[in-house]
Amino acid sequence: MLKLNNIEVVYSDVILVLRGVSLEVGDGQIVALLGANGAGKTTTLKSISGLLRTELGQVTRGNIEFNGARLDRLLPEQIVRHGIIQVLEGRRLFAHLTVEENLIAGTLAHGNGRTKTDVEMVYTYFPRLRDLRRRVSGYLSGGEQQMVVIGRALMAHPKLMLLDEPSLGLAPLIVREIFEVIQKINQQEKTAILLVEQIAQAALAIAHHGYVMETGRIVLDGPADKLRENEDIKEFYLGLTQLGERKSYREVKHYKRRKRWLG
Amino acid sequence: MNWDLFPQFLATGLLTGGIYSLIALGLVLIYKASRVFNFAQGHLLMLGAFITWWFTENLGWDVWLAFAAAIGLAIIAGWLVERVALRPLIGQPILATVMMTLALSQVLQGVTILAFGAYQRSLPYLFPIQPIVLGDIRLKLNLALAFVLAMLGFIIFVLFFRFTRAGLAMRAAAEDHQLAQSVGLSVPRIFGMAWAIASVVATVCGVLLANISGVELTLSLIALKAFPAVLFGGLESIPGAIVGGLTVGILESLVGGLPQDPALRALHLGDIAPYVFMLIVLWFRPDGLFGLKRIERI
Repeated sequence: MLKLNNIEVVYSDVILVLRGVSLEVGDGQIVALLGANGAGKTTTLKSISGLLRTELGQVTRGNIEFNGARLDRLLPEQIVRHGIIQVLEGRRLFAHLTVEENLIAGTLAHGNGRTKTDVEMVYTYFPRLRDLRRRVSGYLSGGEQQMVVIGRALMAHPKLMLLDEPSLGLAPLIVREIFEVIQKINQQEKTAILLVEQIAQAALAIAHHGYVMETGRIVLDGPADKLRENEDIKEFYLGLTQLGERKSYREVKHYKRRKRWLG
Repeated sequence: MNWDLFPQFLATGLLTGGIYSLIALGLVLIYKASRVFNFAQGHLLMLGAFITWWFTENLGWDVWLAFAAAIGLAIIAGWLVERVALRPLIGQPILATVMMTLALSQVLQGVTILAFGAYQRSLPYLFPIQPIVLGDIRLKLNLALAFVLAMLGFIIFVLFFRFTRAGLAMRAAAEDHQLAQSVGLSVPRIFGMAWAIASVVATVCGVLLANISGVELTLSLIALKAFPAVLFGGLESIPGAIVGGLTVGILESLVGGLPQDPALRALHLGDIAPYVFMLIVLWFRPDGLFGLKRIERI
């Protein structure tokens, strides 16, 4: 359904951040996008959602297609109407609004008459939010804020959800909870998900397909179970040695093994 | 000091303050939505009063009909101002937009003089002018009703922001522009909406004030009273606008009216008092009394 064909992204007309990125998300799929800091994962998401424009970025080459329509010339609000919602990194919420107002804000662009039932739907995914509905969202805990943010995206009934590091700064237990819900949303709502993550293990566990990015390019891709078995992925992202054992920090070399990727 | 007149000055100040708070509301609306401090609010107000006068004088309309028509024009004018003058400046340094609103105030002043002449005009009364007497206090009925109308406008806006989807969209966009865009809101359209509403509020204030002091170019200067009101009420706060406006009205009336010594009165302390008070408040509360505090969790 979503296809990025060889896109190149430039910030402020000079800074080249993405080079020849191609990527595909099929109907109802979860696709993981992995990579180190600064690899260009967030930029890839922003070029899909159009939010690149708010940061003086531009898709200068290639194109982005969604169900046959071209996205890379559209404004963010038009892309939202195509059914694509980006959940921004760092649990960005309308901090002075209540939880329920935050959720309703997710429907403002569409204005379907089903806001009430949609709010209830979000509460079935995140029961804890029901008790917090009148609370000012800025004072919630990190995990609760992440729930609000995903719930707000869900309110728009997106066909494709772009999730930017939902695990950022959360306790491992909550990360697991969030990932379970992401998988549930994918199965029950048939929402395709493009998931950017640092915790490769958790992301590959629920994803169907994975891409690995490094310095603005995609260097590796494949079905998620194949990637989990890939030696390089194991060493660089899963922290395992060839023997499949967890590395002890005593043995970690203080230099990083470099790999020249083909591609 | 003439303490016998204290209740009288207090009441008059309160009523005038109601109109100041409505002017302050216009400033708050635009600042909340787009972080632009609109120095042209007073001139929008003056223009609204002149347009209303023109309808009554040249078309012979009833003053209320002229008032309604001027409000309709104000919506268009506000939207147009945003579209033409401010939208190209989105993303530019804040100083550029401030200079733009200053330039706008001069342009509006010029347009008003060209179109309507620089004479003092008078508007037919919206309300009967007989005084009402409450014990020791005598109030002009038109001032009292203007106050009621201003408060009514206030309540309508508070309800609008709390309970309508458009109001929620404006509150959401006020918090975080990029986030608002990520949920599909068109931020420029919301800026346009904020300007349209602020311009309507300005016209309402203009007509209410014109009923008390006549239609003239100096009406634009009354917005200067709303500046200290929004600053110590808090630039982003609607309750702050109302409290700020009323405080300015009361301070001005009491400080200006109570001293009996003619030398002291000649100093026009009433005009200065709100600013002095503002400085003291900002000393202790830099965000103003009700300004949005940044939510920081540690």
